[in-house]
Amino acid sequence: MFDYEQYFRREMMPHIWCKGCGNGVILKALLRAIHRLDLSKDQIAMVSGIGCSSRLTGYVDCNTLHTTHGRALAFATGLKLARPEVTVIVITGDGDGLAIGGNHLIHAARRNIDLTCLLFNNQIYGMTGGQVSPTTPEELFSTTSPYGNIEAHFDPCRLVEGAGGTFVARGTAFRTIPLEKLIAEGIQHKGFSFIEILSTCPEIHGRRNKLGTPAEMLQALAKTTLPTGVLRKTSAPEYTEVCEGIIARAQGRG
Amino acid sequence: MQGTVRLMQGNQACAHAAIAAGCTFFAGYPITPSSEIAEELARLLPRMGGKFIQMEDEIAAMAACIGASIGGHKVLTATSGPGFSLKQENLGFAVYTEIPCVVVNVMRGGPSTGLPTSPAQGDVMQARWGTHGDHPMVVLAPASVREIYDLTIQAFNLSELCRTPVILLYDEVIGHMREKTEVPDPSQFKIIDRKQSTSSPDAYLPYKSDEDDVPAFVRFGEGYRYHITGLAHDERGFPTQNPRVVEAKQRRLHRKVEQRREEIVAHEAFLLDDAEIAIFAYGVTARSARAAIRTARKEGIRVGLFRPISLWPFPDLELEKLAGQVKAIVVAEMNLGQLIYEVDRVVHGQTRIVAYQKASGEPVHPEEILTAVREHR
Repeated sequence: MFDYEQYFRREMMPHIWCKGCGNGVILKALLRAIHRLDLSKDQIAMVSGIGCSSRLTGYVDCNTLHTTHGRALAFATGLKLARPEVTVIVITGDGDGLAIGGNHLIHAARRNIDLTCLLFNNQIYGMTGGQVSPTTPEELFSTTSPYGNIEAHFDPCRLVEGAGGTFVARGTAFRTIPLEKLIAEGIQHKGFSFIEILSTCPEIHGRRNKLGTPAEMLQALAKTTLPTGVLRKTSAPEYTEVCEGIIARAQGRG
Repeated sequence: MQGTVRLMQGNQACAHAAIAAGCTFFAGYPITPSSEIAEELARLLPRMGGKFIQMEDEIAAMAACIGASIGGHKVLTATSGPGFSLKQENLGFAVYTEIPCVVVNVMRGGPSTGLPTSPAQGDVMQARWGTHGDHPMVVLAPASVREIYDLTIQAFNLSELCRTPVILLYDEVIGHMREKTEVPDPSQFKIIDRKQSTSSPDAYLPYKSDEDDVPAFVRFGEGYRYHITGLAHDERGFPTQNPRVVEAKQRRLHRKVEQRREEIVAHEAFLLDDAEIAIFAYGVTARSARAAIRTARKEGIRVGLFRPISLWPFPDLELEKLAGQVKAIVVAEMNLGQLIYEVDRVVHGQTRIVAYQKASGEPVHPEEILTAVREHR
């Protein structure tokens, strides 16, 4: 039995997530990935934005930074550039990372800075009570799409690929062992790693759209028609290393 | 040691002073009339082993600075009106999470895109109250190239001392002006670094302060694993809604600036000793006021200048003393009324307040101030 407690801040429990939420499953996969890589808690920084998934940083016993809405990648870029030796993991959601923070996502990918970005995609703004998000499927209901969503949703993995991301993967909150491996591989990858994790929001999104029980919603993830696993893996110069090269050149060493 | 004399531009002086103050990180976004600061630091920082990054937008630049400061760097960003508006939310994050950073706002005409290459003084209230919620703010306003140099260093020092953002606020003329400038030798100024924790990782409380109201800092990655959040938080850094804890934090944030009033608040008094009229002006307007005063003195008008150097906290006590001494204060600003309301609050009816306001995108001419002085002698 894996000892999750060694990574938790007990004083922060109980967590705020609803019963049946996919976030806990993903958190556990993340902790196992960290354990698998034998990373010290001291050398990990987790940076998040605003939303249900972004509350994750409060629960993990490492260097944690819970920032403003959409800006986790921008804070993380500064932190990583300041301390390249720290392993920086960014936690974001579909609203946080694709709507208000979409600009930072494409530019972090373009720079190929060594951050691992986990995007929890539950297709809804959960914390604010269930508003439509950029990944809410067409025609589904939310508090701000009471007649059904009229906007097209987009594919974040293809977005990041288009922006030059060197590691792009998709996992689900249902297949947790493959997810754990994907996260570990993403952390190990030198450069910007993006992992979209299909998750569920049974309490707010599921109930309104009659998507079934929490278990049924998780099982539905397994039937996704989207490709899963590592979708793109390539290598390119990593941003903080390139910066060190610039410093060497400016100092007449390079 | 003597300094060296150079012909310097205001924005250039800011960049050089930042390096002298120990700045090792700059994140910015191009915007007129502040871009020279970024351009100069793009060149200078790598030579010093520092990091420069041009971010994808103003919001990201502010965020990256805060991230790097959490990583232990002294950080700077520079912008102008529209960019300053965009930075406000993250600026508040830095206030609340007590992360030192220095933000330069080179003021141009506004609102909106306004007059990108013309001076204004319309961001005085935004600098104080731009971010939402109740918060303290330190804002310094230089009026010469040399003073940009000195106040940039002071801004870093105060930011490190108080663990709060400090804003350097000057208009386009001051930023783009070139002057013969004596660059001080490092032996001529002191450098302050943020207080480091001396407690063990287990005992470390990231938001517990000593009597000085400033908590001790540890950068990320040093074995002190802690949480930083923009939510209301307790001494451990964890979110709380406990009214007692929330209020105590709020009061401490204000107190840590207030209790350093003597170190922060500054003003210049020019020919005020015998003055019957005082001109209240800052930035480039203060330079015109000075020229007006010299002419007026030749005409036998006893007039002097009160120039606030710290706009926030406002030099209340110093101005109040003056109010009892002069028969009028001419407040000259490149806006249609901002700091005049602060003057009015302090003067509290003790003397007459005369406004000279201009919002055309042109600096206030000495002759204009002179006319106002002549009318109210």
